[in-house]
Amino acid sequence: MNFDDYRGVWVFSEVKDGGIAPVSLELLGAARQLADKRKTHVAGVLIGEEVKHLAEPLFAYGADTVYVYDAPIFRHYRTETFMQAMLHCTNKHKPEILLYGATSTGKDLASAVATDLPTGLTADTTILDVEEDTGLLLASRPAFGGNIMATILCKKYRPQMATVRPKVMKALPPDPQRTGEIVEESIDLKEEDVRTKVLEIVRATVKKVRIDEADIIVAGGKGLGSPEGFGLIHRLAQTIGAAVGASRDVVEAGWIEHHHQVGQTGVTVTPKIYFAIGISGAIQHIVGMQNSGLIVAINKDPAAPIFQSSHYGIVGDAFEIVPMLIERFKSEPVQSVLRGKEAKHA
Amino acid sequence: MLHIVACIKQVPDTKIIKMNPKTNTMDRSSAPAILNPYDAHAVEEAVRLKRRYGGTVSVLTMGPPPAVKAIRKCIEIGADEGYLITDRAFAGADTLATSYSLTKALDKIAQIKPIDLILCGKMTIDGDTGQVGPGIARRLDIPPLTSVNKIVEINKDEGFAIIHRKLEDGYEVVRSTLPCLMSVEKEINEVPYSPLPNMIKAARYQPHIWAVADLGEIDRAQLGLKGSPTIVSAVWAPQKPQGGTMLDGSSSDRVDSLLGILLERKELFQAIEEGGGGS
Repeated sequence: MNFDDYRGVWVFSEVKDGGIAPVSLELLGAARQLADKRKTHVAGVLIGEEVKHLAEPLFAYGADTVYVYDAPIFRHYRTETFMQAMLHCTNKHKPEILLYGATSTGKDLASAVATDLPTGLTADTTILDVEEDTGLLLASRPAFGGNIMATILCKKYRPQMATVRPKVMKALPPDPQRTGEIVEESIDLKEEDVRTKVLEIVRATVKKVRIDEADIIVAGGKGLGSPEGFGLIHRLAQTIGAAVGASRDVVEAGWIEHHHQVGQTGVTVTPKIYFAIGISGAIQHIVGMQNSGLIVAINKDPAAPIFQSSHYGIVGDAFEIVPMLIERFKSEPVQSVLRGKEAKHA
Repeated sequence: MLHIVACIKQVPDTKIIKMNPKTNTMDRSSAPAILNPYDAHAVEEAVRLKRRYGGTVSVLTMGPPPAVKAIRKCIEIGADEGYLITDRAFAGADTLATSYSLTKALDKIAQIKPIDLILCGKMTIDGDTGQVGPGIARRLDIPPLTSVNKIVEINKDEGFAIIHRKLEDGYEVVRSTLPCLMSVEKEINEVPYSPLPNMIKAARYQPHIWAVADLGEIDRAQLGLKGSPTIVSAVWAPQKPQGGTMLDGSSSDRVDSLLGILLERKELFQAIEEGGGGS
């Protein structure tokens, strides 16, 4: 394997709801930084059916080249078909670094591609850097439930691959002046040779709350004592127009569904305001919310680690503090302040 | 009659593991070794399929000799057979080397009894990668199915499975040929308390234990640390954010202070519509 043949930083450009997944745009931003350091190019790999029109916008976010595999066989994500396209592209154009969003699709695809190439794959990366002279990717990630951070290297194989957590890297502000090259690729793959078929896609009738998109999150933990006690979290959230988050303990106890879980094995969130109520602050929770704009913790235990990770803390009983907060919030003086702001906007 | 193999791992309970603040290393003695919680769901699902269709459930793990304990836990859940591959040569394996070693063991198990279905947990709580399952599937050249949250049908006679794969906003129904490998979500089932007869059986159970030499033709260069393309170059304790301001005074004072802080960002909040109050 001649390492000099491998150039460029690539991003698997995942298609989601007819557009490019936000994490892929974030990764183009990260890829741009790595590529500039290596004085090389950034490329996106776009796979799907009728997705060619999504290639052009990737240039504005930092791509120089977009490889497109556009065919009916790629209508739904399937490991077998997408993997063949990615292997084809990688073997033909040889990237030095290949990044995927750590989404269920990105992780599935990367795991399969890494095995076939073969090469090393680092999962759920949160910090990326590259050695300027060698091109060695420094991929760092939380390990052991977030108790430690580890930097992972892949010295003997190319490309170097990593999946990267959503909401950690920053997308570049789009520059409509930037242009690039679209390279259309195809592979010879017959539907009858594919062993998996997507028979049907069933969308949830009730749209799930996406806590990673919320501006304000009120999160509760085991300190609330019971599912009934956790109702306090819902009440505060409703009063101030926030989404509801939860610690792992609470989800495991079945007080609320998993998609509300914040942390290492849940969702990473970066709201403008994050309330942690009755949450002790285990490291695996902290890694999922520490980049929030304003973190407010309410906990009975003054020694709770959550206070180390908060901008403001209140030591006290949630069942005393939170109802007071709800009441004050609903009071006329506060509401008139909020209405005043709306009047100004009008 | 199905032969289902669940791949499992014994892990330190990362929820209660303590760090040595001086060395930035994990104090493994502080955390009991448990069956990876996600894997318990894979084993439970295999047992349920056995109940439905008849057959045998085997579990396979790679690890040090004490990992026998995790196999016994699977016997409690209802597995029939357990296989442990253990050898110094496996030590330090990353996900690629792990999938290679497990595949070699699966080849050997399949010689004893052909395998129809392989189940894995979504990921382990120590490695947190979820990469080993798809890796095994690729090496065996069978379809990998991740994010499986329901198994609708396993039809051995006609050689297919129908399952649900979890999506962010729903699920997709997928038909795959058999054999295949599924990584299952936690929500696929609930693992009940084990019946007493299983616990008695588990306590006495002795798994099949194989070393590298027992696995037939094997490329030693692909095992353990040597066979791992990724290496850990540095480990450090995550930076702790600095503690902020504690709000003082009576409860009422503290709520007032908090309200003041929140209203500095009043543009984030909506006034409650009249008559449509918060709760």
